[in-house]
Amino acid sequence: MEELERTEVVLLACGSFNPITNMHLRLFELARDHMNSTGKYRVVKGIISPVGDAYKKKGLIPAHHRVTMAELATKTSGWVEVDPWESLQKEWVETVKVLRHHQERLEAGSCHQWQNSPEQEKPSRKRKWAEPRQNSTQKKPLQPNTKAAPQVKLLCGADLLESFGVPNLWKSEDIARILADYGLVCVTRAGSDAQKFIYESDVLWRHRHDIHLVNEWVTNDISSTKIRRALRRGQSIRYLVPDPVQEYIQEHGIYSAESEDRNLGVVLAPLQRNIEEDAS
Amino acid sequence: MKNRIPVVLLACGSFNPITNMHLRLFEVARDHLHKTGMYQVVEGIISPVNDNYGKKDLVPSHHRVAMVRLALQTSDWIRVDSWESEQVQWMETVKVLRHHQSQLLRSATRMEGLDPDKPPSDLTAAPELKLLCGADILKTFQTPNLWKDSHIQEIVEKFGLVCVSRAGHDPQGYILGSPILSKYRHNIHLAREPVPNEISATYVRRALSQGQSVKYLLPDAVIGYIKDHGLYMTDSSQKGRSTQRNKGKTS
Repeated sequence: MEELERTEVVLLACGSFNPITNMHLRLFELARDHMNSTGKYRVVKGIISPVGDAYKKKGLIPAHHRVTMAELATKTSGWVEVDPWESLQKEWVETVKVLRHHQERLEAGSCHQWQNSPEQEKPSRKRKWAEPRQNSTQKKPLQPNTKAAPQVKLLCGADLLESFGVPNLWKSEDIARILADYGLVCVTRAGSDAQKFIYESDVLWRHRHDIHLVNEWVTNDISSTKIRRALRRGQSIRYLVPDPVQEYIQEHGIYSAESEDRNLGVVLAPLQRNIEEDAS
Repeated sequence: MKNRIPVVLLACGSFNPITNMHLRLFEVARDHLHKTGMYQVVEGIISPVNDNYGKKDLVPSHHRVAMVRLALQTSDWIRVDSWESEQVQWMETVKVLRHHQSQLLRSATRMEGLDPDKPPSDLTAAPELKLLCGADILKTFQTPNLWKDSHIQEIVEKFGLVCVSRAGHDPQGYILGSPILSKYRHNIHLAREPVPNEISATYVRRALSQGQSVKYLLPDAVIGYIKDHGLYMTDSSQKGRSTQRNKGKTS
C-alpha cells in the first residue's frame, strides 16, 4: 500500500541538446533512482524538451535536428521521451512556462485517462496529447479520491543551478515559481559546490526543501560543447552519444566550423528579453 | 595512407564488465595514431583476463568474453579474443603480446604464401602490435612486484604502448620517473581523451548490486546479458558459484 502514497513525478529536462549525449541520458537514470529511493516519489516519466531556435545560442543547430537526435537517443528507453512543443514555439519560452505547459497537459491527461481507460496506468509513448484541456465542469465526480496528476519537476545538472546566479539570465520571480510550484532535481558531482551555492543564494535557500540534490559519483563530463569540438576536429564521438545519434550526425554532416558560428554575436534570447523588460 | 605502418591495438584487462570507457580507449587511441600520419590502425583486440587472475568479484570468463562480444557487435574494427581467458593459468601480459604477435606473423606469411620458417626479413606486411592501456597502467609499472622489469622493457622495446590519459593522471611524469620508460619513450604514444568520463567497472558493479540503473554507461546489449544471467546482482563474493571460483591468487 506504500506505493499508493507515493507522489508520482514527471522529470522535465530543458536545454539545447546540441547534440544530446549519454550525459543527458544519465541525468534521467540517476534522478529516477534517487527519487524512487526516497520512498516518497515514484518517477513515471521523463520528458526531454529541446529549446527553440529563437533561444539564439551560439552554435545552436535547427531544432528539428536536435529533436530528431533526442528521439533517436530515447528509442531504447522505456520511460524517457521527447516533446517538441517548446522547440516549435516561434519565440523563446521561459522555462517556468514550459513547466506550466507540461503540468497542465498532465492534469488534462489524467482526467482524460480516468474517463476513458481507468486501467491504463501510463499512456503509451507514442500517444499525442492533442486533446484540449478539460474543463473542470467536465470532471467526473465518481472518484473523489482519484489519483492526482503527476507532479512535474525540473531536472537539471549543476550548471543550470549555477546559472541562476548569472545576471539577467533568469527573472528572480521565475526562479521562485520554478522551485515553489514545481521543484528541482539537480544532479551534481559528488563534492561539488551545489550546497554552498544554495546557501549563498537567498532565493535558493528559501526554497532549499524544493531542491533535490542527486550525487553523481562518476565523473561525467560529456558536454555537448566537447562533442561538437571533437566533431570539428574529426575525432570519434562513439560511445559518448548513442550510436543512432552518431550515425545521424555523420549522415547529415550537422556540426562544422560554420554551424558553430550560428548566432555569433547575437544576444541570447533570455538576456535580450530580461534586459528590455528591466528597461521598460 | 599508403606508406603508413599498420598497427593492431591489444587491450588486456578484466572487462568485468566491459564499459563504454573501455570502448572509448580504442576510439581515442586510433584517432591519435592516425593523426601522427605514420600509422594506420587496422584492428583492435580485446583480451579478457583469465579467471585465475584471482581478482575479487571477477565473474567467469565465458561471461566476460560474451559481454565483450555483444559490446563489439556494432564495431567494424575491434574484436574479442578468448585465447588468454582459455589458458589453464593466468599469464603475464607480455606473453599475451607474444602470442598475438606470432599470430599476426603467421597470418602475414600465409597471405604472402611464404614459408613460415623463412627469416622474418621478408615479412614486411605484418602489422605492429601495440598494447593499449589507460594511464593508470603506466602508474602500476611503478608498483613493486607487480611487473617484472624485463617484461616492461620487452613491452616498450619490442611492441610499444598506446596510453590514453584520464583526468588526474600525469603520464609524462610516470615516463620520466622510470629509466626504462624514459629510454623507450619514442615507443610510448600518449593520447588524450578529449571528453573525459570515468566509468569504472567497479562503479558499474556496485550500482548493479544496489539495483541502480547503469544504462548509457555500457551498451544496452551488455546490460541485457547481465540481467539475463543475473550477474553482479549481489555482492558476488557471497554467492556460491558453481563455475570456476577464483583461487584467491593475486597477480
